[in-house]
Amino acid sequence: MQWEPSAALETIQKRAQIYQQIRAFFSARDLLEVDTPLLSQATNTDAQIVSIEALNQRQALFLQTSPEFAMKRLLAAGSGSIYQICHAFRGAESGRLHNIEFTLLEWYRVAYDYRALMDEVESLIDTLSDRSNSYRRVRYRDLFIEQANVDITGIRLSSLREKTGELVPGADTDDLDFDQCLDLLLSMVVAPRLKGYVFVYDYPVSQAALARVNATNPSVAERFELFHDGLELANGFSELTDAGLQRRRFENDNDLRAAKGLPRYPIDEHLLAALQTGMPDCAGVALGIDRLLMVILGLDSIDQAISFVDRETEYS
Amino acid sequence: MASYSTNEFRSGLKVIVDGDPCSIIENEFVKPGKGQAFNRVKIRNLKTGRVLDKTFKSGESLEAADVIDIEMQYLYSDGQFWHFMVPDNFEQYAADASAIGESHLWLKAQDNCQVTLYNGEPIGVTPPNFVELEITDTDPGLKGDTAQGGTKPATLETGAFIKVPLFLEIGELVRVDTRTGEYMSRAKK
Repeated sequence: MQWEPSAALETIQKRAQIYQQIRAFFSARDLLEVDTPLLSQATNTDAQIVSIEALNQRQALFLQTSPEFAMKRLLAAGSGSIYQICHAFRGAESGRLHNIEFTLLEWYRVAYDYRALMDEVESLIDTLSDRSNSYRRVRYRDLFIEQANVDITGIRLSSLREKTGELVPGADTDDLDFDQCLDLLLSMVVAPRLKGYVFVYDYPVSQAALARVNATNPSVAERFELFHDGLELANGFSELTDAGLQRRRFENDNDLRAAKGLPRYPIDEHLLAALQTGMPDCAGVALGIDRLLMVILGLDSIDQAISFVDRETEYS
Repeated sequence: MASYSTNEFRSGLKVIVDGDPCSIIENEFVKPGKGQAFNRVKIRNLKTGRVLDKTFKSGESLEAADVIDIEMQYLYSDGQFWHFMVPDNFEQYAADASAIGESHLWLKAQDNCQVTLYNGEPIGVTPPNFVELEITDTDPGLKGDTAQGGTKPATLETGAFIKVPLFLEIGELVRVDTRTGEYMSRAKK
């Protein structure tokens, strides 16, 4: 029986040190540490994210896929800027870089937009990696032109499928939609070519998630992701504060889920009521702590960053 | 017929891809945090031996291939087919040239090897990793030349050509790694 941790003791110690540094970093900047429930009756409606259900007697609850909804309710209640270190759960995500249970650092900055938040992400990563790193920032569209020679603006789905099929060996692209083609190109072609820390920003509006649409260019959302050597570390937004728009996005998500034969998920009415009352303008970001540990310590798999993994295949 | 979903893909799993039986070598899960998940899979086509990359949307499934590997004894070749027997039940199987591939170069009558059956028909033969075969032709040996490390071509009893040290003679037994076709050592008769 393999009972030993999958992470080395030095890694477990490094994690503890990073938690202390995170708390010192945010304490010095007057952010409040918060702790919100892992279980909720509503969940993320995103069609690409599987929520894990937990049964309380006969009542089905969901394990959070991120602490976003609860933290936004705190913001609407007047908490001011807040941060949280917590576990999040995403069903079916298992591999060398994925575990269904993982650790997120998520924080929200009142009155920031996504650009100001990228600056703060840089400061935090410099602090945690104990060095001054260089960071590149590149728009999603420009990155695809640069790395895949594909201009995603105005391209027809048929040409995008064809391009994707040429660039990704052994992929049947005939039944992929626009965003699925972009996701495949990002995972297999674009991200693997990135070196060092790179912020990718201004995502296509179809991938806005909970980000605000850019006021001057409505084809992009104020969303960014941070990669290190192609490994996705963080995802941030200028947050959408409009309750009506947010409800429509949830409903669109659920329509997309139904079209894919997936169950509709209950919409978080508490969040929508909070937005209706008014959430301050803010920017928020979630940073994967397990993957950040991989980067800082040069680990090859997420298993080496997590104390125990519980699945058939372990990645060493 | 059973089928397997991408999350059940494991190394060694036998599935049907584009009509051919294949063995999964590697399965990698890739997914942007908020995007579509894919599985990038390395697959060996068991008929051609070729390795190919395939990309599936996570959750897609492939039909299971009825493939089994059975330990058999090599009996003889009639020029067109190579004949094998299962020692336990004396069942016999005939493999054609495409099934046997290069493996016939390492097969000596009565040696054991692994025969891969697809729907009951041989599609592949894997010889043991090491075999001992007799040299049937090579240039005369150079006496005393055991340290120089030079080599010369030699023909083995099965028809295989390999490189052997200069001191070896016709009629001697050599041990060969069948995966690389390389001479390992002299063997005792």
